[in-house]
Amino acid sequence: MTEQAMGDAPDRDAATGTIRVLVAKLGLDGHDRGAKVVARILRDAGMEVVYTGLYKSPDEVVAAAVQEDVDVIGVSLLSGSHVPLFRELGRCLREQKADHIFVVAGGVIPEQDYAALWDSGVDAIVPQEARAELIVTTIRNLVAARGRI
Amino acid sequence: MTVSMPSRPVKRAAYRPSTELVPEILSGNVAAIARMITRAEAGYPEAAPALAEIYRHTGKAHVVGITGVPGAGKSTLVSSLIRAFASEGHKVGVVAVDPSSPFSGGAILGDRVRMSEAASSSQAFVRSMATRGHLGGLARSTLQAVDVLDAAGYSPIIIETVGVGQDEVEVVTAAHSIVVLSAPGLGDDIQAIKAGILEIADIHAVSKSDKPEAAVTVSALRGMMTLGSERAGSKWTPPVLAVSAVSGERLGELKDAISRHWSHLRESGELVERQRGICRTRILGAAKYLFQRKFDERAGEIGEHIQAVVNRDMDPAGAARLLLGWTNEGQAT
Repeated sequence: MTEQAMGDAPDRDAATGTIRVLVAKLGLDGHDRGAKVVARILRDAGMEVVYTGLYKSPDEVVAAAVQEDVDVIGVSLLSGSHVPLFRELGRCLREQKADHIFVVAGGVIPEQDYAALWDSGVDAIVPQEARAELIVTTIRNLVAARGRI
Repeated sequence: MTVSMPSRPVKRAAYRPSTELVPEILSGNVAAIARMITRAEAGYPEAAPALAEIYRHTGKAHVVGITGVPGAGKSTLVSSLIRAFASEGHKVGVVAVDPSSPFSGGAILGDRVRMSEAASSSQAFVRSMATRGHLGGLARSTLQAVDVLDAAGYSPIIIETVGVGQDEVEVVTAAHSIVVLSAPGLGDDIQAIKAGILEIADIHAVSKSDKPEAAVTVSALRGMMTLGSERAGSKWTPPVLAVSAVSGERLGELKDAISRHWSHLRESGELVERQRGICRTRILGAAKYLFQRKFDERAGEIGEHIQAVVNRDMDPAGAARLLLGWTNEGQAT
């Protein structure tokens, strides 16, 4: 207690705290090689990655993210149904008062759909050709900007 | 090739004092429970008084440890147990531990993959936890997470250990009832009479009973039990149950055995001894952690001790005694 005034974020803030990420596959999309590669990249960057497995609904993903108290939900989508699924994910996050959690989208997402994803609360879109460091830095910068909660 | 980001500002959220979260935890708020577990794991000094307050509301839950080798089927079994207990109206808590990388410190926490259906029940709270360097099969703050769930009214609370080898038996001083899950086909009856993990079982479960090799494992374990099975002073004889998550075979019996063991502990008075053992281990564990933190924080002072030990002016145990403030001769080395 002496080290920290009540109410302030503790010393061990975003700079040293462990970042927790939920890596999820939404809807009818059975391809999770990419999601597993990303999970491994984040693990190797020192993050704790909760992997949900395939065919999850947005409300299942949000319920898991709340229990796991993750900083970021990373969603990989290759099915083409990203616009409605991210809209639903954003709605569930607001409904469960969990919209402090960042949403990072990856997979196959055409640029003309970006605006719709921003409206749904997505915080970053990682193009499929992104290098590993880029994914890691994006997440670290988002969490550092928000700080510990 | 860059990451695209929206033009709106980055999301913000305020840090809420831990003591503010306590009443929400006691009334079962899932987000508050989750946040407090995060703070316990991080070891924030700010959370210490709140955790102390939470501890005063614990002691009601039945804590069940599930351990076994990697791939034995622990997460699948936990998933079945969540369903079985939830169907009787219990609020089931789960803390599932997976290893952290010794190199990066990161972790893949994959236990939810096998639990997804059960875990999304409103009757269950599942938390994945990385060991963060702690050895023995659990994480340092596993039992603080159990406290938070206990105070929030969850019972039973299931601790799933990391996949263990033969000697990671820390769970025995963490839980009231220990289920050791053995997988078929992993060894002969010599494995079964070795010291270590098999000795700590209150209940033996053999997974994948739909496979023919399961019968061999069951008979090796039963053979071992005929040589004497009780933990010192206990009247409980650990049952050996072959279960299958695929067919659902005997899962009900396993759930009943867990409940029966809990009744046995309370009626026989053995629970008192177990609880004392758990508290003893926790005090010692907390002392080790606090000492480690002090060690990390006082790097300068400790540097002088290190140099003294390098120079052979002092021995390592003597330096440790100095750091602990034990300057008297004749104390344990």
